[in-house]
Amino acid sequence: MLEQLLIKGMSIGAIYAMLGIGFCLLWQTSRLVNFAQGEFVTVSAFLILLFYSVLKLPLFLATFMGIVAAAFVLGFVVKKTLAEPLMPRGNIAFVVGTIGLGFLVKDSLTVFVSAEALPFPAMIPQKPLHYAGAMFSSLDIWNICVAAVMIVSLHLFIRKTKPGKALQAVAQNRQAADIMGIDAQKMILLAFVINAVLAAFSATLVAPIYMVKYDMGNELGLKAFYAAIIGGFNQVRGALLGGFLVGLIEVFTAAYISTQYKSAFVLLTLIVVILCKPEGLLGTKEQ
Amino acid sequence: MVNEKRQTKWRRFAACSFCLPIILASPAALMHSQYMLYLCSLTCIYMIGATGLNVMLGYAGQISLAQAAFFGIGAYTVALLGPKLSFWLALPLGAFVAFVIGLGLGFPSLRVKTHFLAMVTLGFNIIVYLILVNEDKWTGGPYGVFNIARPAIGPLSFQSPALYHVLIAVVTSVVLLLALWMLNSQWGRAFKAIRENEARAELLGVSLRNYKVMAFAIGSGYAGLGGALIAPLFGYIDPTMFALPFSFQFLLMVVVGGIGRFEGPLIGAIIVAILPESLRITQKLYPILFALAAMLIMIFMPKGTVSGVDWIYRKITGKEELQLTK
Amino acid sequence: MKALEVQGLMKNFDGFAALKGVNLSVDRGELFGVIGPNGSGKTTLFNCVTGTLRCSGGRVRFKAREITNKAPNVIFKMGLGRTCQLIEVFPQMTVMDNMLLAIQEVEGSMLRRLFRVNEHANMEKALELLEFLRISHVTYEYAKNLSYGQQKLLDFGMVLMSAPELILLDEPTCGVEIEMRQQMMQHIRELNGRGHTIVVIEHNMDVVMGLCGRIAVLDSGEKIAEGTPVEIQNNQRVIDAYFGAEE
Repeated sequence: MLEQLLIKGMSIGAIYAMLGIGFCLLWQTSRLVNFAQGEFVTVSAFLILLFYSVLKLPLFLATFMGIVAAAFVLGFVVKKTLAEPLMPRGNIAFVVGTIGLGFLVKDSLTVFVSAEALPFPAMIPQKPLHYAGAMFSSLDIWNICVAAVMIVSLHLFIRKTKPGKALQAVAQNRQAADIMGIDAQKMILLAFVINAVLAAFSATLVAPIYMVKYDMGNELGLKAFYAAIIGGFNQVRGALLGGFLVGLIEVFTAAYISTQYKSAFVLLTLIVVILCKPEGLLGTKEQ
Repeated sequence: MVNEKRQTKWRRFAACSFCLPIILASPAALMHSQYMLYLCSLTCIYMIGATGLNVMLGYAGQISLAQAAFFGIGAYTVALLGPKLSFWLALPLGAFVAFVIGLGLGFPSLRVKTHFLAMVTLGFNIIVYLILVNEDKWTGGPYGVFNIARPAIGPLSFQSPALYHVLIAVVTSVVLLLALWMLNSQWGRAFKAIRENEARAELLGVSLRNYKVMAFAIGSGYAGLGGALIAPLFGYIDPTMFALPFSFQFLLMVVVGGIGRFEGPLIGAIIVAILPESLRITQKLYPILFALAAMLIMIFMPKGTVSGVDWIYRKITGKEELQLTK
Repeated sequence: MKALEVQGLMKNFDGFAALKGVNLSVDRGELFGVIGPNGSGKTTLFNCVTGTLRCSGGRVRFKAREITNKAPNVIFKMGLGRTCQLIEVFPQMTVMDNMLLAIQEVEGSMLRRLFRVNEHANMEKALELLEFLRISHVTYEYAKNLSYGQQKLLDFGMVLMSAPELILLDEPTCGVEIEMRQQMMQHIRELNGRGHTIVVIEHNMDVVMGLCGRIAVLDSGEKIAEGTPVEIQNNQRVIDAYFGAEE
C-alpha cells in the first residue's frame, strides 16, 4: 500500500513539479506571478488536440506540433502582448492581467470549442502494473520518466549552455546581468517559452487521465503555485521538491484521512510553510 | 488657512453624507423593473466589499483573495442564525465574526508580502469553501441554504425589493461614510505612508503591525457585512457563490476602478455589476468580452477607470483630481 | 548617561561583513560626526541603531536603555529620530501630510488617532516649522513636485516635528546647493543649541569639520579614528583610508 501511494504521489507530483518549475523560472527572471499557469496547460492540451483530432496528424507529430504551437502562443505571444505592457505597471497589474487571461481562456474555450470534456490519447498504452504488491499504472511510470527527462534536460540547459547561463544570471542578479550586457527581455522571453514547453508536456501527461476540458487547468495552476511556494520560489530545485511534496501530501491525505479535504491539507502545509519559512523549504531569503 | 482647509473638508463630508444615501436609495423609487432594482442592490453590496478590499489593498498595501470567503462567513451567519436569533442580530454578528477572523488572518499577513500573501488568502478562501461544502450537517453542504427570509421591524417587512433596496442603500451609505471618515483621519495618513514606503513609515513611529492587521480586519469585516446583506437578497446561498472567482471579482473591482482612491472601488463595483449585464446582448460572448475588457483596462488605464474620471474632471475644472480622501 | 552607546556592533550580509565590531559613544547634547569613505558602513551603522536592520552582534543603548534589534517604530517613540541619505519623504502625500505624519504616531493610542485628536495643534506647528524652513509656500503641494533641496528641507522638518532627543542625520547636505547647505548647517546648529543630541554622517568635509565637536571615522566596517576635527584631519590612518596608503 505504501509503495502504491508513493508511486501515485510521485506520479502526480512530477506534473506539479514541472509546472512549478516553469512558474519559478518566470518569477525569477521577471518577478511576475503567472495566475494563468493552469490555463497554459489547458491551451496546450487543446492545441495538441487540434493537430490530432482536427488535422488528423499522427500522435507523435501532433504532440510535437502542439508543443511548438504552445511555445509560440503561450511563450512568445503572451510575453509580447501581455507581459511587456504590464510589467512596468507593477505587480498587481500583472496579477489582474493574468487572472483576466485565465478567465478569457476558459470562457473562450467554452464558447468557441466545447464545454464538454474531450478524450485525449495517451502517449503509451495504459497498462496496470504490479511490483512488490503495489498496483499502479504504466502511465504513472511514464509521468515520472517524462518529468525526469524534462527536468534533467532543463538543468543541463541552464547550467551548460550559454543562453541557459544568461538566464541564470538574470534570475540571480538582474542588475549585474544588465551591466554585463545580457538582454533581460530576451531572457524573460526564454523563460516564458520554457514555461510554455513545460506546460505543454504536463498537458500530455494530465490530459489522458483527466480528459481535456476548459477548466482542467484550475486545480493544476493552483498546485503549481503551492509547489513553488512550499519548495522555494527562488530555487528551481525548490519547485521540484515542492511539486513532489504536494503530490505526496495529496495522495496520502486522500488515502488516510479524507478525499474531500486533500486540498485542505496541502493548503495547511502551504500556510505553515509561509508562516515559518516564507522563502520556502529550499528557498533562500532575499534581502 | 488651516481652519479654511478643515472647514472645506467638513463641508464636503457633510455633503457626501447627505447625498450618498439619497443617490444609492433612489433606484427604489425610480426603477420599475425588479431585475434592474436587484442589480442596484447587488452593486451597493459590491461597493461594500470592494471598499473593504480597497482599505486593505489600496491603502495598507495588503492583497487579499479571501473577500469571497468573508462574504460567505457573513452570508452563512445570517442564513443559519437569522431564523434563530433575528436578522438584526445576525447581521452585525456576521460582520463581527468576519472582522475577528480577519484579525486572526491579519497577523500572518504581516510576515509575508504581495504574492505570498495572495497565496495565503487564496488558500484561506479555498479552505473556507471546502468546509462549507463538506460540513453539510452545519452548512447544508453543496446544496446550500434555502428560504432565507428578508428582515422585518415589527409590522414593517422588507420583503419587497424596493424596501429591501432602501435598507441596503442605507447600510451601504453608513458603511461607506464610516470608511471615508476613517480614511480621512490619521489612520488614513498612516495607511498611505505604509503603502508608499513602509520602512520610512516605521521609522516615523507607525506601527506596521497595528495598522496592517487593523486594515485586514476592517476589510474582512466589510466583506462579512456584505455577505450578511446578500443572503436575503438572493434568498438562497450555496458554497460555489463564495469560491475564488468571486474573490477575483473584488480584486477586479478595486483595480479596474482605481486602487487607493475612495471612488475607485465604487466605480469598479458598478462596472463589475453592470457591465456583464449590458454585454448580455452579445449573449455567450460576454464573459470573454468582460475578461478582455479587464485586461485592456489594466494595460491602458493602469490607475483604473478613476483616472478617466480624473481626466474629465480636469477638463471641466482644471484641478488635478477630485480627492475625497487625502 | 550617554545619549547613544554602540558596543561591538556587527552586521553581516550573506558573508560580507559590513560592520566588524564598532564602538561609539555619544554624550548628551553633542554634535557628533561620522565620516568615512564610500562603503565603510556608515549608513549600515545608522540602520542597525534605528532598528531597520537586525544586528549580527553587539549592542546598542539609547539613554542607557537597551534598543538592540527593537522595532523601528518603538525606537522612534523612545525619542530617536533620523533622516535618510536617499530622500524618503512620501511623494504622493502633500507636504502638510508628511509633516503631520511625522508627529502623529509619537504618542497616543490608535483610537485617539481615529478621532484626529491634536490635529489642529499639529497643523499649526507644522506651518510654523515650514515657515521657519522657508518652504511654507509649498505646504499643500505633493511632495513629489518639490525640488530636491525642498525635499531635503521637508525631510529635516519632519524630524523637527517630533523633536526627538537624539537625531541621526544621514548626509543632510548631500546634493544641496551651497546656499542651502549654509542654511542647513545653521538649522543643525540651532537644533543642537536647543539641547538635541545630533549625530551626522557627512561626506562634505567643510560641513563636518565646521559643525561637529567630535568625529568618528569608519573604514571597511571598523572605526579607525575618533577625536576632534583637528585631530582627525591630521590622523595618518584617516588620510590613508581616504586617499589610499602610499606604498
